[in-house]
Amino acid sequence: MGTQPNAKRPESAPSDVLEPDPELPPPAVDDAVREAEERRWTPGKIALWVVISLLGAVAWFMLAIVRGETVNAMWFVFAAVCTYLIGYRFYSKVIERYLLKPDDRRATPAEYKADGKDYVRTDRNVLFGHHFAAIAGAGPLVGPIIAAQMGYLPGTIWIIIGVVLAGAVQDYLVMFFSMRRGGRSLGQMAREELGVIGGTAALIATLLIMIIIVAILALVVVNALGESPWGVFSVGMTIPIALFMGVYLRFIRPGKVMEVSIIGFVLLMAAIIGGGAVAGTEWGAAFFHLDKTTIAWGIIVYGFIAAILPVWLLLAPRDYLSTFMKIGVIVMLAVAIIVVRPEITVPAFSEFAGRDNGPVFSGALFPFLFVTIACGALSGFHALISSGTTPKLVEKERQTRFIGYGGMLMESFVAIMALVAAISIDRGIYFAMNSPASLTGGTVEAAVQWVNSLGLSGVNLTPAELSQTAQNVGESSIISRTGGAPTLAVGLAHIMQQFIGGTAMMAFWYHFAIMFEALFILTAVDAGTRVARFMLQDSIGNFVPKFKDTSWRPGAWICTAVMVAGWGYILILGVTDPLGGINTFFPLFGIANQLLAAIALAVCMAIAAKKGAFKFLWIVGLPLAFAAVVTITASFHKIFSPVPAVGYFANNAAFAKALADGKTSFGTAKTEAAMEAVVRNTMVQGVLSVVFVVLSIIVIAAAVVATVKAFRNGGGHNHEDAPRPSRVFAPAGLVPTAAERELAAAWAKVPADKRLDRPVHH
Amino acid sequence: MDALRQGLRGVAAYFRGVMGADAYQKYLEHHEACGHGMPPMTERQFWRDRMDRQDTEPQGRCC
Repeated sequence: MGTQPNAKRPESAPSDVLEPDPELPPPAVDDAVREAEERRWTPGKIALWVVISLLGAVAWFMLAIVRGETVNAMWFVFAAVCTYLIGYRFYSKVIERYLLKPDDRRATPAEYKADGKDYVRTDRNVLFGHHFAAIAGAGPLVGPIIAAQMGYLPGTIWIIIGVVLAGAVQDYLVMFFSMRRGGRSLGQMAREELGVIGGTAALIATLLIMIIIVAILALVVVNALGESPWGVFSVGMTIPIALFMGVYLRFIRPGKVMEVSIIGFVLLMAAIIGGGAVAGTEWGAAFFHLDKTTIAWGIIVYGFIAAILPVWLLLAPRDYLSTFMKIGVIVMLAVAIIVVRPEITVPAFSEFAGRDNGPVFSGALFPFLFVTIACGALSGFHALISSGTTPKLVEKERQTRFIGYGGMLMESFVAIMALVAAISIDRGIYFAMNSPASLTGGTVEAAVQWVNSLGLSGVNLTPAELSQTAQNVGESSIISRTGGAPTLAVGLAHIMQQFIGGTAMMAFWYHFAIMFEALFILTAVDAGTRVARFMLQDSIGNFVPKFKDTSWRPGAWICTAVMVAGWGYILILGVTDPLGGINTFFPLFGIANQLLAAIALAVCMAIAAKKGAFKFLWIVGLPLAFAAVVTITASFHKIFSPVPAVGYFANNAAFAKALADGKTSFGTAKTEAAMEAVVRNTMVQGVLSVVFVVLSIIVIAAAVVATVKAFRNGGGHNHEDAPRPSRVFAPAGLVPTAAERELAAAWAKVPADKRLDRPVHH
Repeated sequence: MDALRQGLRGVAAYFRGVMGADAYQKYLEHHEACGHGMPPMTERQFWRDRMDRQDTEPQGRCC
């Protein structure tokens, strides 16, 4: 099946090229044996999958159909895990068998380009962790929380179903295609497959999207740290800690990564605890109490310096710290949710599910829920990670299913846990925290009055509840702490204190959560600025060749400054936005991320079509169509909607008219300057939306053209590296099958010096 | 007890792998396997080289 008779070039390489070395055991389990093993359904196996299916069905029934007072968090875990298992075992298998057709007789780049540095065969389980740490960040911890405005069910369905049919598919395909191309990046693949116009549009779109993503992530940090001396102190301390770790690794004990990570972790904990003490003193509270604009400028200056400093000094140690925290935090969250099993009182669909003027983010459920939750369901940013680094480390082709598809399922699970943590807190507190100050008024009394006036069922917020919660988490106020991070921190503190430490520990857990979110985000800001700078240098280098030289300081600084100015400008707009910031800017983040996903899927579709796999093109076409419809519809809403709360230009016109009429206050903007700010911000947001959507439509159109052309010709040019025979073996998934174990045992008997070709050398 | 110790050692080794702490070891193995005449870089040189190459080839981190 699959190989078209008239394809220009057969899909699998001519068998003589991959003739295995007769002195060695075969590098792959025999196809017939593997097939037989996969298709043999023993009673035990059947029983296992029946149980998984039943448990999943019951869990979904509890979440979606049963309308009790509360629903237990365990049902979220069961619904997610059972669906992931079914998706992994059955759907990703379909993709593997019919669309990608990995061939373990072929060597991967890690084998044929092995250099001991960038191209290194890596154990599949280790690489799974490595890849997961690279793709997971603050995104899945933020989007689901903001989306909880609509109730828990829409977000839950999108996160779980979306990942199985879209997000994990994208990651898997991009990783596989990049691996077959020696680890080429998404941008390079776009240029190769879509031609000059499509490739250039993809490059510009990627650059702009990175700017907006970095800006909004930075906005989340600013919102979490604003007016929080404790948070500012402990997050600020991560900079000297990282510098110390960098110097330690460079000069004192090179290569002792684990040692320095543990030292860094201990210092980090000390910084959190110390932050409480410092914020408790009068001078500490005064010195570290910064307003949002100051913090935003701090992050901009920091971002510029971090991007031009050598990697060893700041970026690499921060990355170690971030990876260390990431794995620890996620394990901790999972254990806590399973042990505590909180009861959720949030309704499946909230009062805002059917409206388009919710206070947390504006817009109707379709399409805005699907852009608000990007990471965790479908994240275009992953395509940049899945191409490039990870494919250079994969040991065997078949492992990409476990690492690419499986890794994304893991991230989706993180998103579900974040959702559970956020909705385990009282709904009244949720809306008081996540609605902009222009609505809540910023004071306890005004916020309570406003929240209670929303008419939400079961919500009866008291001033005491709000101030008690703020006091428990060690903050002066939690009103209008938008951006998702503080809500997750309160939710996590709420769950963790039931597990360890009680109310007395809540402040620690809250700041622990703020700390790791800030750490993830600042790592993404550093790395994002640096990656974008290189992309920009490379692009300008096409016109001014001097810029291609990455060691040329002025070029590096100019490009860094351009990128930082780009995201810095949007960050400042977001921070000073009279309408609230997050609620108007976050949709732009989601749209950008999903458009990047659409671009990545479009490239994958063109590649799959050129392979001649027309019968199974729907595997790519389905998520591509969905992402394209959602993002283009969302963009059109944002551009053309006459409702000022939704459409950027409608809002722009409304405020411009009010200004022209000589009004000095309009809506939530209380001064003329604020009104002018709204006019400027909505124009920037509107123009960005137009640029994004136009670029993406160009890329998708180019991919459709390439696909149709391939269909007419029965295939297309194959840009894969030439196949080379593999001389190693490793199992494909987490648990080796019987045949894999047998083969691995045969390989274990081969003397080490015989196993590998001596690669031609540098 | 032995099984527990072995398990813990496995977890530690796994973490080392995920963090990339075993990069030098892998480099040495590779160097050995391809057996060319030049002596391998020392640990200090290796890490210096690794970090400095990252200056020009940054790795993305996701949101």
